[in-house]
Amino acid sequence: MNATKVAAPPPRQVSPGERRSVFGTVFKARESGIILALIVLVVFTATQNSRFLSGQSIRDILLGTAILAVLAVGQAVVMITRNIDLSVGSVLGLSAFAVGTMLRDNPGLPVIVALLAGLVVGAACGLINGAVVRFGRVPALVVTLGTLYAFRGAVYFWAGGQQINADKLPRSFLDFGDASVLGIPWLVLIAVLVMVIAGVVLRNYRGGRELYAMGSSPQAAQLAGIKVGRNTTIAFLVSGALAGLAGVLFAARFGTVDAAAGTGYELNVVAAAVVGGVAVFGGSGSVWGASLGALLLTVIGSALAVLDIDQFWQQAIVGALILLAIGADRLVAVRVAKALKKRDSHV
Amino acid sequence: MSDPTTAARRPAWLSRLASWDVAVIAIAIVVLLVASGTIDNFGTGRNYTFLLLDLLPIALMALPMTFIIVTGEIDLSVASTLGLTSAVMGSLWNSGLTIETIIPLCIVLGAVLGAVNGFFVTVLKLPSLAVTIGTMALYRGLAFVVLGDSAVADFPGSYTSWVTGTVGGSSIPNVLIPLIVLAIVFGVVLHATPIGRGVFAAGASDTAARFAGIRTGRAKFWLYVVSGAVAGLAGVLWTLRYSSARADNGFGLELAVVAAVLLGGVSIFGGKGTLPGVLGGVVLLSALQNALRLQDVSNEALNIVTGVLLIISVLLPNILSSTRAALQRRRRRSPSPKAGALAGAEQ
Repeated sequence: MNATKVAAPPPRQVSPGERRSVFGTVFKARESGIILALIVLVVFTATQNSRFLSGQSIRDILLGTAILAVLAVGQAVVMITRNIDLSVGSVLGLSAFAVGTMLRDNPGLPVIVALLAGLVVGAACGLINGAVVRFGRVPALVVTLGTLYAFRGAVYFWAGGQQINADKLPRSFLDFGDASVLGIPWLVLIAVLVMVIAGVVLRNYRGGRELYAMGSSPQAAQLAGIKVGRNTTIAFLVSGALAGLAGVLFAARFGTVDAAAGTGYELNVVAAAVVGGVAVFGGSGSVWGASLGALLLTVIGSALAVLDIDQFWQQAIVGALILLAIGADRLVAVRVAKALKKRDSHV
Repeated sequence: MSDPTTAARRPAWLSRLASWDVAVIAIAIVVLLVASGTIDNFGTGRNYTFLLLDLLPIALMALPMTFIIVTGEIDLSVASTLGLTSAVMGSLWNSGLTIETIIPLCIVLGAVLGAVNGFFVTVLKLPSLAVTIGTMALYRGLAFVVLGDSAVADFPGSYTSWVTGTVGGSSIPNVLIPLIVLAIVFGVVLHATPIGRGVFAAGASDTAARFAGIRTGRAKFWLYVVSGAVAGLAGVLWTLRYSSARADNGFGLELAVVAAVLLGGVSIFGGKGTLPGVLGGVVLLSALQNALRLQDVSNEALNIVTGVLLIISVLLPNILSSTRAALQRRRRRSPSPKAGALAGAEQ
């Protein structure tokens, strides 16, 4: 109860517990801006080039989004607690290479084992992050900046120059990267499953609400009896595990893994979460928003290619989007604060 | 937190000696001596020249970064500023401008890029972490937009050979001279002027500093401008050193800069740190990397060292200060329970 109250700061949170009209929900949801941007972008690109809405193109967008969204969901969980996980790209690389090596050496292993192995490798990395943040009382930014280096170094140290190519990976695993159920690729199904589980837990369960409470006010959360340290570790564990899972999806989709797999992904993942309305300083945001952010970034990449615009613009656009998103966030927060002040003065 | 109180109760020289920054300088010297004695080719004049040339961009950007982190903010965009400056330098050179015009233009460009950061952080009051993650992507993206993935290499020999050259046949690179001058200027400003006091005050408590009449917002804005200008200068020197203007110059260097600053004993929470400590951190980081490289450890595996060093550098002071606090509490408790309780309350 207490946690839910703390967790719903008026400026950002569309408090899920409250009942409101469908109309209000749609227009007040922080995600509506991204959806609008997405629609404009898709319509514009499609009118310029019909190739954009071809089956193959949509499929590519969905597969790309699936990997990024799994990472972004984990990042959202960590960012809601007022932390950040910059190591996800390196964890993805480590897990992709570990699973790739495992499958190369044991071609008979079923796909589910690969997925579990990726989760375990990632969870171990996440546990390291979480433990250092918790017991070292060190800011997550510094810790994960360090492990961004350290985990990537570990992959290079292990892999050297070697590369795991598609012809070394078992057929069943590569098929898993391509196959779909009822027209929906497996990768997308997994991403949606991750999103739904994380979304429901964050929204409806005590543990999830506690994360928001911690992000809104760590001291208050502590005083309210929330186990801040334990929850922080769990948040990093989740982010690491999901980055590990994303590593398996990455290996399945591309079929080729080297030590550089996932380099620089952390930027896109943080961007997806921030653009999706997850506040860098905790306490608000949703995994839906983060996933939509991932979708938007992937669509932008694809649209640039279709529109024959230099791919070099993509990174610049990502940066501009981050600035735009945090700027808009600030604007909303200031407005709401003003409105609240006005209301209070009349009471 | 514990530092001011311990400093007041102990002889000044003792607490200086026990402090982290002095320890880092000492460790850096030990590493240099041991490596010179044990590693083949480390102790040669040629290698010292390379070592100094390698640490130059990190040291340059670490100077303003120290100020920024002391005020409790961060600038993750410095390496991208370096890259964008380098790319612009290349394209201006291609367009036929003289190098004497290009160099000041590039430094001004860096200052403008820094001012953009400063504007977002101090005028719009957005979190510097998010802003500079955004501009990190934006500036790097723009660098690629400007120059693509091509390289410009035909810079005038007189300039490139000055940058790679040494002072009168010694092993001291010419470019070390501007670095030393800048380091002295930054050191004096930070530790011996009202500006420096203001920077520390802003980091210790922004609100308190503002009540004391320090315009923290304006100070931070100019710090970002200086940080950008220095990153621009680093971009110019980088380009001339390798006679290669490329959009990906200095990629990932922001991590090394932040790592060196934190390693040098600057607290990520702000309000604490010394410039000599930071230079010690830069030398330690670069010397270790240089030594390992001579041992044929791959560049990428060196990332492990950087990452682990970064984490240790934030963990160890925390552990030290909490053990020190615990020891003090115990010591105080025995003779006078009142003093012990007081010290406990202060921690």
